[in-house]
Amino acid sequence: MAVGEVMRMEIPAGGDLTVTTPELHVLAVDDSIVDRKVIERLLRISSCKVTTVESGTRALQYLGLDGGKGASNLKDLKVNLIVTDYSMPGLTGYDLLKKIKESSAFREVPVVIMSSENILPRIEECLKEGAEEFLLKPVKLADVKRIKQLILKNEAEECKTLSHSNKRKLQEDCDTSSSSSSSHDDSSVKDTPSSKRMKSESENLSSLF
Amino acid sequence: MNTTVVAQLQRQFQDYIVSLYQQGFLDNQFSELRKLQDEGTPDFVAEVVSLFFDDCSKLINTMSASLERPDNVDFKQVDSGVHQLKGSSSSVGAQRVKNVCISFKECCHVQNREGCLRCLQQVDYEYKMLKTKLQDLFNLEQQILQAGGTIPQVDIN
Repeated sequence: MAVGEVMRMEIPAGGDLTVTTPELHVLAVDDSIVDRKVIERLLRISSCKVTTVESGTRALQYLGLDGGKGASNLKDLKVNLIVTDYSMPGLTGYDLLKKIKESSAFREVPVVIMSSENILPRIEECLKEGAEEFLLKPVKLADVKRIKQLILKNEAEECKTLSHSNKRKLQEDCDTSSSSSSSHDDSSVKDTPSSKRMKSESENLSSLF
Repeated sequence: MNTTVVAQLQRQFQDYIVSLYQQGFLDNQFSELRKLQDEGTPDFVAEVVSLFFDDCSKLINTMSASLERPDNVDFKQVDSGVHQLKGSSSSVGAQRVKNVCISFKECCHVQNREGCLRCLQQVDYEYKMLKTKLQDLFNLEQQILQAGGTIPQVDIN
């Protein structure tokens, strides 16, 4: 099957389930041109489609969240993941995160924050606001691979949920799901941010020298 | 393909890049970048470092202007420039440049103009030095490829 080809599955419980092969589309936001180039390559090498923008404002424009015209054209815009730097002039990564989580169109899209500074209150603040992960720069291939696995897993969980019921009750279904054998506990995404923080922290610490 | 010539060049390349790590010019992040390069993107590392050096030049000019008048230094702006420089040097593995930025930041925090000027000079020196070194490295790479060989993967751990 070619990348991007659509596979249609008939689900007995009722309704079609349309599943696309996983080429994730990632929006990467960073004011540093060096970092943009690196993150783009990291994502491309991980088989992701990448769009890079240089600011939070540009990101909002791209997503149609800037209150401007043309939001209706973006109905078909599919973004699977947003990766953003924290410290940017104007809109910070945190501000951007908040706006995304406030939007109806993109609040389900996972947001990963990157920062060169390992500041605990900052990490907590971002995780509390709904960030999926907090990555310490410089970002490595292993970080991106891990994030991608996480996102794909989340998407698979969502598809499974849709097949069981037509409503998206993600947390409820994740709790009862028994087939995921990974040690990573996805159901704790919003309930226990501390586990993410601890995981990110210990991993970040181990990448420091 | 003259295998002796290729082997010699590869040896030269290996020794040179190892010495750059040992002398602290480069750190692990540079080897992370090299992992991202392949036959399809043979110039990736060269392109990234080129962007970095352009960044250095631009930021150093801006910071120099901010530090120029002793009675009117915008330390916030200098600090912002150092922060950016520290970030991008970290992203490419330019360890010496990054280390100067750490001291530079300190000077900004205590508003030490003299210290800042020294750091600025140092950062200028270090990035230009690295630029020369990496140019030599990339030239070696080109020679290897032209001689029909492949670039060795170097494990620095």
